[in-house]
Amino acid sequence: MASSVYLRRRAVNVVALCLSACATILGLVFLAWILWVTLKNGLGAITPRLFTKITAYADQGGLSNAIVGSLIMDVMALLICAPIGVLAGTFLAEYANRTRLGATIRFLNDILLSAPSIVLGLFVYVIVVLPMSNFTHGNVSFSGFAGAVALALIGLPVIVRTTDEMLQLVPGTLREATLSLGIPQWKMTVQVLMRAATSGIITGVLLALARLAGETAPLLFTAFGNNFMTVHPLDKMESLPVAIYQYTNDPNPDLHAIAWAGALLITLFVLALSLLTRLMFSRHKVRYD
Amino acid sequence: MSSTPAANFASVADQRSRIDARHDTWFRWLLRCCALLVLAALLGAALSTLWGGREVLFKDGFHFLSSDAWNPVTDDYGALAPIFGTLVTSLIALILAVPVSFGIALFLTEIAPTWLRGPVATAIELLASIPSIIYGMWGLFVFVPFMAGIEPTLSNTLGNLPLVGKLFQGPPIGLGLLTAGIVLAVMILPFICSVMREVFQTVPTRLKESSYALGSTTWEVVWDIVLPYTRSAVIGGIFLGLGRALGETMAVTFVLGNAYSISSSLLMPGTSISSSIANEFNEAVGTHRSALIALGFLLFVVTFVVLLIARLMLRRLARREGA
Repeated sequence: MASSVYLRRRAVNVVALCLSACATILGLVFLAWILWVTLKNGLGAITPRLFTKITAYADQGGLSNAIVGSLIMDVMALLICAPIGVLAGTFLAEYANRTRLGATIRFLNDILLSAPSIVLGLFVYVIVVLPMSNFTHGNVSFSGFAGAVALALIGLPVIVRTTDEMLQLVPGTLREATLSLGIPQWKMTVQVLMRAATSGIITGVLLALARLAGETAPLLFTAFGNNFMTVHPLDKMESLPVAIYQYTNDPNPDLHAIAWAGALLITLFVLALSLLTRLMFSRHKVRYD
Repeated sequence: MSSTPAANFASVADQRSRIDARHDTWFRWLLRCCALLVLAALLGAALSTLWGGREVLFKDGFHFLSSDAWNPVTDDYGALAPIFGTLVTSLIALILAVPVSFGIALFLTEIAPTWLRGPVATAIELLASIPSIIYGMWGLFVFVPFMAGIEPTLSNTLGNLPLVGKLFQGPPIGLGLLTAGIVLAVMILPFICSVMREVFQTVPTRLKESSYALGSTTWEVVWDIVLPYTRSAVIGGIFLGLGRALGETMAVTFVLGNAYSISSSLLMPGTSISSSIANEFNEAVGTHRSALIALGFLLFVVTFVVLLIARLMLRRLARREGA
C-alpha cells in the first residue's frame, strides 16, 4: 500500500517535470519559429532599392521614406521622453522616495507601462492632431510630431522606472559625503548621483527605444503615413511599422516581400538593442514589463 | 561694519546659501512637474477618450454597451461584438499561457541546470521584445495557414464532444477567435513567466529545504510550498498578462478576421476593440469616429482596472518580503 502511494507520487512528479520541460521547449519553438520565418522571408527580399526608393513606387519601390520617417520619429520621441523621464525618475528616487505622492506616481507609472498603446494613440489624436488641424484650418493634421509624442508616451514609463531604480542603487554614503561638503542638493543630484548612475540611465533610454521602435498602433492615427519622402516634422510621416502594416493588408505578394524585409530590419534592430542592453549592463537588474 | 573680513565672509556665505536654497526649490519644482506629467498622461488618456467619445457615450450609453449592431451607414453602433471578441481572445490566451508560463518558470527555477537557466530565460524574454506587428505578420502568413490545416481535425474530434463541441464547429479558414487567442498567448507568455520566475526565487530556501527533508518530491515542493507562498504575486502576474492581452492590437487585427458577429464557435472570425479601432479609425468620420474613440475609452477603463488589481497583488508580496 505504502509503496503504491510512493510510486504514484513519483509518477506525478516525473510527469509534472516532463510537462514543464515540454512547456519550455514549446516557448523556445515559438521564438525560433517566428525568428526563422522573419529571417527566411526577410533576407530574400532585402535589395538595394529597399534603401533607395520610396513607397510611392509600390512593388517597384522600397522603404527609404519609411526608414527615414521611423528614425526621425524615434529620435524625436526620445528627445521628448528622455529628459522628462529622467527628471521624473529622479523625483521618485531622491525627493519623494517615501512619500505618498511618490508611491502613487510610481504605482501609476507601472500601470502606464502596460497601458494599451492604441489608447495612447487615441489620446494623442485628441490632444495634438485635432487641435492642430483646428488651429491651421486643416493644413496640418496628422504629423510626424504627433507620432513622436505618441511614441514618447510609450517610452516615458520605461525611462522613469529605470532611472528610479538605478538611482536607488547609488549608495547613501555618496549622498552623505557630498552633502557634508556643503554642496546643494540639486548639484549633488545632477553632478554626483546621476553621474554615478549614468550607465543605468542610458540602459533605460535604450530599453525605451527598443520598446517604441516597433510600435505600430499609436502611429496609425497620429503620423498616419506618407508615400513620399519628408523630413518636416509637421508633415504626415511614413514609418517602418505602418508601412509593414499597409503592405501586409495588401493582396499583392510583391508588397508582402517588401513588408518582410521591413519586418526583418525592425526585428534585428529591436533584438540587437535588447540583447545589447542585457549584455552590457547585466549587473543592473531591472524588469521592464 | 561690513569691511572686516569675518563679517564679509559671513554675508557672502549667507547669500550663497540663500541662492542655493532658491535653486534647490526651483529644481524640486521642475522634477515634481515632470513626475506629475506621468499622472497627467494617464488622466489625460482617460479624459480625452471620454471627451472624444461623448457623442456616443452620453447620447445613448446603455444602447452602446448592450447592442451588437455596428452599422456606419445608419450610424447605429453597439460595442457588444468588439467587447465579446476582446474578452474571448484574452480568455483563450490566459487559459493557454498560464500553464505554459508556470511550466517554464518551474523549469527555470527548480529543474534546469544552472548554466542553462540564464540563456533560456533570456530567450523567453526575447519573445516579449519582438514587436507586435511581427507577431501579426507571422500570424497571418504562417500561423493562419497552419491553423487552417489542423482545424478540420479539431472539428472532427473536439467538435463532437457534448457541451464544448459547439466551440469547435465552423469553417476551417484559420482566421478567427481561437487563432487570435493562441497568438496572444505566445505574446503574453514571457510577461507572466518573468513575474512567476522572479517571485519563485523569493521563496526562502529553508521552507523548500524543510519540505524536501520531509521527503517531498520537487513537484510537491512547488505545488504545496512555492505556489501558496507566492500566490498573490502569481495572480498579479496573470492579471498583468491579461492587461497586455486586452490591449494588444496589431497581432490580433491580422488574424481575427474583422467580422462584427458574436458566435458560439471559436473558429469563427470576430473583432476586438483594438482591432476595430485600428481597422476603421482612419476611414471613420463623425459619429463613427466618436464610437471608435468611445470603444477606446472602454478598453482603457477595463485594462486600467485589470492592471490596478495586478499591481496591488504584486505589491502585497513585495511588502511581505520586506517585513
